[in-house]
Amino acid sequence: MSVFRNVVFIAAIAGLLSGLILAAMQSFATVPLILQAEVYEEAGGGHDHGSAHNMPGMEMSAPATAEAAAPAEEEAWEPANGAERTGFTVLANIVTGIGFALVLVAVSEFAGGVANWRQGVFWGLAGFAVFTLAPGLGLPPELPAMPAADLAGRQVWWIGTAVATAAGLGLIAFRSSLAFSLLGLALIVVPHVIGAPQPESHETPIPENLHHQFVVAVTVTNLIFWVVLGALVGIVRGRFTGTAKSLRDSFA
Amino acid sequence: MNTVSSTLGASASSASRATQLALSALLGLFVVGFVGFSHMDVVHNAAHDVRHSLAFPCH
Repeated sequence: MSVFRNVVFIAAIAGLLSGLILAAMQSFATVPLILQAEVYEEAGGGHDHGSAHNMPGMEMSAPATAEAAAPAEEEAWEPANGAERTGFTVLANIVTGIGFALVLVAVSEFAGGVANWRQGVFWGLAGFAVFTLAPGLGLPPELPAMPAADLAGRQVWWIGTAVATAAGLGLIAFRSSLAFSLLGLALIVVPHVIGAPQPESHETPIPENLHHQFVVAVTVTNLIFWVVLGALVGIVRGRFTGTAKSLRDSFA
Repeated sequence: MNTVSSTLGASASSASRATQLALSALLGLFVVGFVGFSHMDVVHNAAHDVRHSLAFPCH
C-alpha cells in the first residue's frame, strides 16, 4: 500500500493547508454574503429546503403536507451562529480540501505525477475548470432563498458535468490526435447542450447585485484554492520524493 | 492489492499501483461527496456555508 500511503500523505498536507486558506478567504468573501441572504430568507418565511415553490405539484396537491413537514425539518441539528458555525465551516473546508487533493494527486500520478509547483498550478487550473467553472456555468453559485430545481436532479447534472469535463480535458491534454481532441471538446460541451435543471421561476427576494457579488466571490476564492492546492501538491511531492520520477519509487 | 510491497523505495507492480491510485481517487470523491452532496440534514447544516461557497447544489 505504499503508493496509497504516499498519495494520502501528500494530499493530507496539501489539502489541509489549502483548506485552511479557503476557509480564511470564505470568512470575508462569501460567508458575509450568505448571512446577508439569510436575512432575506428569514423575512420570506424561513429556510425551505427544496420544498414549496421548487415542487409546484406538491404545493398544489398537498399544501398541508408541505407545511407539516417544515417544522420537523427545523428540528435537525445545526451549528449555532458564531464560533460553532465558523468551526464547522473550517472543518468542512479542510475535509473537502483533502478530498479534492486526493483526487488531484491520484489522477496526476496516472499522468506521471506533478513534478514541481508550476506544473501543480496547471493541475489546479484543471481542477478549477472541472469542479467550479464547468458546473458553475449551468448552475451558478446560489445564495440561500434563491429558487432552484429539484436537488437530486441538479446534483446529477453537476456530477455528470464534472466527469465529462475531466474526461474531455484528459483527452485533449494526453492524446495527441485531432480526433481525440475533438471528442474531448465535445465531452466538455455536451452537458451545456443538455442544460442544467432550472427552477420553474427565477423570482427571488435576493437582490441581483448581492447574487452577482456572490458568484464573483465564489469563483475567485475557488480559483485561488485550486491554484494553491496544485502548487502545494507539487511542492510537497517534490520535497518528499526527491528525484524519484513517480510516487512508486518514493519515500514509502 | 495482493502485490503490496512496503519495502523502502521498492517499486509496486503497475497493476497494484493503478489500483492504489484509483482507490485514492475514490476515497477523495467519497469524502467530497459526503461533505458536499449528502442528503443528511445534519451534514447539510454543518457544511452549509461550504456547500454554498463551493457552488455545490444546495437546498
